[in-house]
Amino acid sequence: MLRLPPFEYLAPKNLADAAQLLAQYGDDAMLVAGGTDLFPNMKRRQMTPKFVIGLNALRELRGIKNENGNVVIGAGTTLTQISQSLNLSALATAAGLVSSPQLRNAGTIGGNLCLDTRCNYYDQTFFWRKAIGFCMKKDGDICLVAPGGNRCWAISSTDCAPVAVALDASVRLVGPKGERVIAAAELYRDDGMDYLTKARDEILTEIILPPADGLRSTYLKLRRRNSIDFPILGVAAAVRVAPNGIVEHARIILGAIASHPVQAIDAEKILIGQRLSDDVIAAAADAAFKPAKPMDNADAAYAWRKKMVRVYVRRALTELKEQN
Amino acid sequence: MKQILRLRINNQNYEVYAPIHKTLLEILREDLNLTGTKHGCELGECGTCTVLIDGEPVLSCLILPVAVQGRAITTIEGMADGIMPHPLQTAFAELGAAQCGYCTPGMLLTSKALLDQNPQPTRDEIKHALAGNLCRCTGYTKIYEAVEQASKT
Repeated sequence: MLRLPPFEYLAPKNLADAAQLLAQYGDDAMLVAGGTDLFPNMKRRQMTPKFVIGLNALRELRGIKNENGNVVIGAGTTLTQISQSLNLSALATAAGLVSSPQLRNAGTIGGNLCLDTRCNYYDQTFFWRKAIGFCMKKDGDICLVAPGGNRCWAISSTDCAPVAVALDASVRLVGPKGERVIAAAELYRDDGMDYLTKARDEILTEIILPPADGLRSTYLKLRRRNSIDFPILGVAAAVRVAPNGIVEHARIILGAIASHPVQAIDAEKILIGQRLSDDVIAAAADAAFKPAKPMDNADAAYAWRKKMVRVYVRRALTELKEQN
Repeated sequence: MKQILRLRINNQNYEVYAPIHKTLLEILREDLNLTGTKHGCELGECGTCTVLIDGEPVLSCLILPVAVQGRAITTIEGMADGIMPHPLQTAFAELGAAQCGYCTPGMLLTSKALLDQNPQPTRDEIKHALAGNLCRCTGYTKIYEAVEQASKT
């Protein structure tokens, strides 16, 4: 049996209590909602918190509501609930593509946005990692993907983050010093270890989506099997097209090719002011392909994963062209 | 850290004095002798340990019992009505929808959750519902057929 390491479980009754406990226990504590990311990691001894603070009793973190034209999603809302909310467009699509039905029934949107970065050399049992030599993300001091470098290349593998960034969503973080709202894009950092800008004593409580206002959006996910697997490439795309067919606003965000969701800025620039013709789409797909640099630390050959960036961006934009 | 856990499993109340970090799967199998729930990967990748909580399929290997106190837990032991098998169990038996049988408890419970919500699913809906349950004998076709047969009874 692969068992959890011992810990003390704390069950706060409300958000204020949870924030207070997190402040009190500091680095010895970790938050858990669905447990679908943290518990496998704990079983592999990638994390061994002394205190686990359970958030799943907090009703205030659950549900989807409309506020001043924005859609506000509680961080504790399950991925199943999000996938069934059609007004969330591409976010519902992405949530519905996470892992399997059982995991989506337990896993939450907040947990998916804060998903630990992943790597073939890191997501292994303690025995495996010890045998091959520990990496810097846990217990060691070198990167086994790029041993000459001095950084961790673990991959941002959340399906919902690229979509949240593409939809210009923001997130609310609550901590001991109060709360702040930041753009979803600013939640992430290009560092496989320190991948979130959320402080350790902050709790992600809400995802706020601005009014859709005619925005077309989609999310495409590449993986070996059509279920259970994490993405080895995710493409979130969103465009706003004027009545005359000209693209006014474009976002193309690539997931699972780096330690953070990557904005394909050059590809976006190509789309602005143009019609979504096949030539323009091909040029944008090419521009998104160039900066994508997947490393050899996930499933499938990394050169193929890079090639698929062009293919998936083209498919995503073609879908948006036909979407009304 | 040990604690008394109060669990409602298959319409029966249980009190267990156990370490807080034992998963629901471990409590079911090791403390309550409900060994119908199987352990597979124990990392959330295979679906073998599926149980229903308030009717929804979830993985018992990733659930802390303390977090599901007061909720209705259904395991494979609670699926039959006394000695009468559930229509899904009958269909699985009649159609040979089990080879080694290890994935069967999880398959049955996930299928039950599907039929409880959607009594007449299409083949595609069955495939999507069972997309988190692996069968290493790869006997999926007979499993889909059995769910379809059960949906007609």
